[in-house]
Amino acid sequence: MEGKMSKFIMPNLQKEAIENLLNKEGKRLDGRNADEYRELFVEDGISKNSASAIRVRFGKTEVLAGVHLALATPYPDSPDQGTFMTSAEMHPMASQQFDIGRPGINAIELARVIDRGIRESGFIDMKKLCIKEGEKVYQVFVDIVAINDDGNLLDVAGLAAIIALGKARMPIYNEKEDKIDGYSETERIPLEKDVLSYSMTLHKVGDKIVADVSKEEEEISKFRLTIAMGDNAGKPRITAMQKGKAGTINTEDMETILKLAESKWTEMFPKVKEHVFG
Amino acid sequence: MVKEKRNIVTPGETIVSGNEFLPGDGAYRDGEDIVAGQYGIAIVAEKHVRVVPVSGAYYPKRGNSIIGTIVDITFNGWLIDFGGAQNAFLPVSEVPMYVNKNEMREFLDFGESVIVKVWDVKSRGVDLSMKMRGFGKIEGGMIISVGPNKVPRIIGKEGSMVKLIKGATGCDVTVGQNGKVWISGKDANMEVATKKIVEFIADNAVTMGLTGMVEKFIKDMGLKVAATEAKE
Amino acid sequence: MAKNIYTKRDDGRKMTEVRPMTAKVGIVPSADGSASFETGKTKAIAVVRGPRTLHPQHMQNAKTGILRVNYGMMPFSVEDRIRPGPNRRSEEISKVTEWALNSVVDLTGFPNTVVDVFIQIPQADAGTRVAGINAAAMALAHAGLPMKQMVSAIGVGKIDQTLVVDLDKFEDSEFHDGEGSTDIPIVLTSRTKEIALLQLDGKISVDEFKEVIEMGKVACDDILKVQMEALKNGGKDE
Repeated sequence: MEGKMSKFIMPNLQKEAIENLLNKEGKRLDGRNADEYRELFVEDGISKNSASAIRVRFGKTEVLAGVHLALATPYPDSPDQGTFMTSAEMHPMASQQFDIGRPGINAIELARVIDRGIRESGFIDMKKLCIKEGEKVYQVFVDIVAINDDGNLLDVAGLAAIIALGKARMPIYNEKEDKIDGYSETERIPLEKDVLSYSMTLHKVGDKIVADVSKEEEEISKFRLTIAMGDNAGKPRITAMQKGKAGTINTEDMETILKLAESKWTEMFPKVKEHVFG
Repeated sequence: MVKEKRNIVTPGETIVSGNEFLPGDGAYRDGEDIVAGQYGIAIVAEKHVRVVPVSGAYYPKRGNSIIGTIVDITFNGWLIDFGGAQNAFLPVSEVPMYVNKNEMREFLDFGESVIVKVWDVKSRGVDLSMKMRGFGKIEGGMIISVGPNKVPRIIGKEGSMVKLIKGATGCDVTVGQNGKVWISGKDANMEVATKKIVEFIADNAVTMGLTGMVEKFIKDMGLKVAATEAKE
Repeated sequence: MAKNIYTKRDDGRKMTEVRPMTAKVGIVPSADGSASFETGKTKAIAVVRGPRTLHPQHMQNAKTGILRVNYGMMPFSVEDRIRPGPNRRSEEISKVTEWALNSVVDLTGFPNTVVDVFIQIPQADAGTRVAGINAAAMALAHAGLPMKQMVSAIGVGKIDQTLVVDLDKFEDSEFHDGEGSTDIPIVLTSRTKEIALLQLDGKISVDEFKEVIEMGKVACDDILKVQMEALKNGGKDE
């Protein structure tokens, strides 16, 4: 579809208001501190037709995510392993800035960052998703659909992806007819629980490093850094990073970011784990 | 005394029956019936029936005061985004002083915000004016969007709600009919408090007894309610 | 004539009984209008954005705003994953939905603009197009657009020789015995009770078809009540 993307119009005075309040008081327009997350809400059972489907919200930013398993042929270089794919739709339903049609660069980047995080960490035990070596394996699909964008879709979508995987049920394989007969009520897909990692995106807004950005903050931030961290004997360990936007990160910012990421991870990770495996 | 009956109606629903009634905005006649032609609060004032929307986008009307932001500058005026279907145009002839066409950015630059009057609504767009008192560029403070349908409640009867907020936080609250609210004060923390109060009013806009709720909300924030009495 | 074998519905409902319905407006805060509508396990959400200036300019109509519908099923809504993005089925449903909604929405007050309606199905158990239309009508009303009346939609079907309303997935696509399954989505306007959408695939006599329309009218009255209730509650919560 040809179609001009509606610009998000940010008045100068609004940018100044956001930056001044952060710089002087360390506060944000909605009253939050710079490092404060909005309330997390998770709802299971959105679709009974797939392995799992859930709703995740940070404040008013909302996504749905679902997992499907299908029968597939393994890749020649990994004949004994299942395969995996992530798709993300920044549906125009979620924001007037999103267009109908092919996924834009933001949706592609989002899907790729999430895909890499899950793939590289080995979160899904692909070997256990092999049905017959060289011939038949399960293909795992994670599909993310944005419902309402009020900032920080990246983190909400990432969280939705791992929770959806955590809740995903194992398919029932009908060998005779070579098809899937629905999903098991009790058995979940094989996951390496120890390598679960949780990603947080921090933005530089004004002079401050800010977590869980609002739509307006996201618009005026100089750069963002997404950090995924897993658990290494109770301590956070970095598993993936992605820097976005044109601004550059100086030494001081990097120190702030790492400190903030470590403390937020320590605070959030137990809750995240509870949602994924609970 | 005007007797008002308020209830939420849906499209196609009969509001009242009788040939003596007259359909106004958002209503139409079908035989004996006066029917809702849109979703909103039905207001039957004497024999006049209209439907006031409670949700949806802003539709500019002649005479409205609106808050917008400069998104483009042409050779003879400024294009202004006000959160509506089209952009609006403020001609250089409709500002209160003479502006040289080479110095338009000095007068109003990209990203700067204004409070302006809707002068005319045409199929191609909206014409604006800034010539009257009370209109012009706005600086400092913050703008929040609450939606056009909450505007009457945020203003209150004869501006009573705006006065109530000013009394509590010391901040000026300027409400554009396009649902954008400009909050401006000396203290940034008070501006944030004001934003919370305005959002609270917007969230509870269809509730009866709103003034009492707002007063309680202000007190719960640790602020004082000034002695001025607010009316609904 | 063979004996009718479909004398009891698979889920125990009466032949004229619609599955349990829930509806809500205001579910997507950033939109101009939004609503959800569920019947049984079929869930639909609809979002309205606009009116806004239509680009490219040559598509604009100086006499009226344009209604544009985009229907789609979420990848996880059905057992066999659906690839995101449009396909032939979704494009056709978008178009017939657009016609149905256009019959009640009046956009002449908004020339050169477009009103987008996005319908998405998170979970499907047959009847997704009618659930989507029920949600979309509510979302358009919620967007405050001029509408002479509402529309309500229902799938009426003939399962073997029995007429039923609101087919579930078994009745719609898994029942093949006897005379098989005929699915007839119907959209009716709320005030004038006129037909705004009609599709039919299968075999049915003229007399049976007349009865189908009558059953559709009764079911649409029930659905309209749920839509109106949700709109009347709208704005109070959230």
